[in-house]
Amino acid sequence: MPDATPTTPNPAERPASPAMIEVKGLAKSFGSVPAVDGIGFTVRRGEVLGFLGPNGAGKSTTMKMIAGFLTPSAGTIRVCGVDIADDPIGVREHIGYLPEGAPAYPDMTPREFLDFCADVRGLKGARRRDALDVAIGRAALDPVLDQPIETLSKGFKRRVGFAQAILHDPPVLIMDEPTDGLDPNQKNEARNLIRAMAEDKAILISTHLLEEVGAICSRVVIIDRGRLVADGTPESMLARSRHHNAVRLVLDGADAVAAREALPRIPGVERVEEAASEDGATAFVLLPRDGGMIVADVAEFVRDRNWRLRGLTVERGRLEEVFRALTTHDTAGADAADTAAGGAP
Amino acid sequence: MSVAERTAETGPAIPHRGGFGRAYAVFKRELAGYFTTPLAYVFIVIFLFLAGIFPFYLGAFFERGQADLKAFFLFHPWLYLFLVPAIAMRLWAEEWRSGTIELLLSLPVPLWAAVVGKYLAAWVFLAIALALTFPMWLTVNYLGHPDNGVILAGYLGSLLMAGAYLAIGACLSAVTRNQVIAFVLTVAVCFLFTVSGLPLVLDFFSGWAPPTLVSAIASFSFLTHFNTIAEGVVDLRDMIFFLSLIVLWLIANCVVITWRKG
Repeated sequence: MPDATPTTPNPAERPASPAMIEVKGLAKSFGSVPAVDGIGFTVRRGEVLGFLGPNGAGKSTTMKMIAGFLTPSAGTIRVCGVDIADDPIGVREHIGYLPEGAPAYPDMTPREFLDFCADVRGLKGARRRDALDVAIGRAALDPVLDQPIETLSKGFKRRVGFAQAILHDPPVLIMDEPTDGLDPNQKNEARNLIRAMAEDKAILISTHLLEEVGAICSRVVIIDRGRLVADGTPESMLARSRHHNAVRLVLDGADAVAAREALPRIPGVERVEEAASEDGATAFVLLPRDGGMIVADVAEFVRDRNWRLRGLTVERGRLEEVFRALTTHDTAGADAADTAAGGAP
Repeated sequence: MSVAERTAETGPAIPHRGGFGRAYAVFKRELAGYFTTPLAYVFIVIFLFLAGIFPFYLGAFFERGQADLKAFFLFHPWLYLFLVPAIAMRLWAEEWRSGTIELLLSLPVPLWAAVVGKYLAAWVFLAIALALTFPMWLTVNYLGHPDNGVILAGYLGSLLMAGAYLAIGACLSAVTRNQVIAFVLTVAVCFLFTVSGLPLVLDFFSGWAPPTLVSAIASFSFLTHFNTIAEGVVDLRDMIFFLSLIVLWLIANCVVITWRKG
């Protein structure tokens, strides 16, 4: 039970984990251009919230406001119950923030840099040593501790940023594209690190890698043009996909002609798409009506006709498709908006 | 509900520290930063070389036949005009360029503490460079019997003036992410402040502007205020002039950063 801390005054009042980040009606404009336009969401302890959206949707701006770098134009942000407008510095003590690209002072070594962060965070004595040891250990920085940061590889630079963000064991972690630009192994390391920390923290990460959402996020928020367009678990997002519960059926080429004609008649099948054929086999994708479960019917249908089955898989849905459907708009409208905002053609 | 009360429920308590402790952390990092790169050593060597050579070749140090450091202090405004902007240009421009400003200003450091911490580190660095000119002081004491009170006043005035140049440079380096632009802007503004008491500037105004405006412009001259102090006349007004200029430019520094963040 992550929320059953001994200091909780009345656990009965708190059925769910405590809300660590509460954002309401958040807005930010730069000049007359709105970057974030009325976003609201909550992140609870134990959650990893994935922030999805096209470039320029307002992900980074939102994170910068929660981290205290930017001042909101409107709306409220509460972190660990403290309103950022009441105590902007106090709120930052609860947050570990990894800005986009993990900036760090290039002339410093990771040791000096983390020492500086510990100084600023007011860590002293044994606590400070422990904090440094844990952060350096978790980020696996030992081999490069005394090399200038500017000479480090991208992966190590990112780890320096991680170590900085988790140094004071903050209850809230905000990471802007933590795996961007890393190689697949490094991405995996970063995700493991985030997963390991997820249990007792509230974590907000932004990404435009859709596979990352399934890998680490317990909830997803999609924003587009400064507005929130979807909020739910990865599963509920997948359920919006046309391919949710779709069946991929691979049949021997000899049965393809009959199947092409007969498959659309299976009850519950909305549409049949034919995928590429190879090795004398033909693949069909059967899309269900209203996301219904059709796999049993399909299997039975195939068996009844004695078709030679080469493969049968159920799709969970395609996040990419949901993402595209929620964030694509006709470009003519977008161009018109740009022109209206004073942009040169 | 205070942060301290809340932390008991939602996270580890972090000892609350005042802005000064945090300003000191920034100060420490910045000052150490000068000495981890060649910048500090290059700067100090060039500063000492120029500060040492000008009085002898241009200032007729020996020919004057006087045991004082007037010839030495005479060149400080011109030395600072180019060397202080070189120190100041990286203060904030570099933070913008590397993106570390986002990190710095999302750490629990109030903006003013970051501005003051950075500024003081650079000022202390300049003070170290200035203090290393002490062989000049030893020389005049070896050659004759100077009024060491006047020399001390000269050093004080020089340090204050360096601080004023530095405050201008710190503010202007927050305007851009480009260090070269920051440098050129700072030299230009510092030049105006330096020469505003000279005919070069005053003649331009005296033809048409009311005399009060002309004297107001003249009163901003670093040269006038510095020369008074360097003569050994430690007038409170000159000190206040430099100190208030420093405070004003640092406030402007905070405003510029707030405005640029958006």
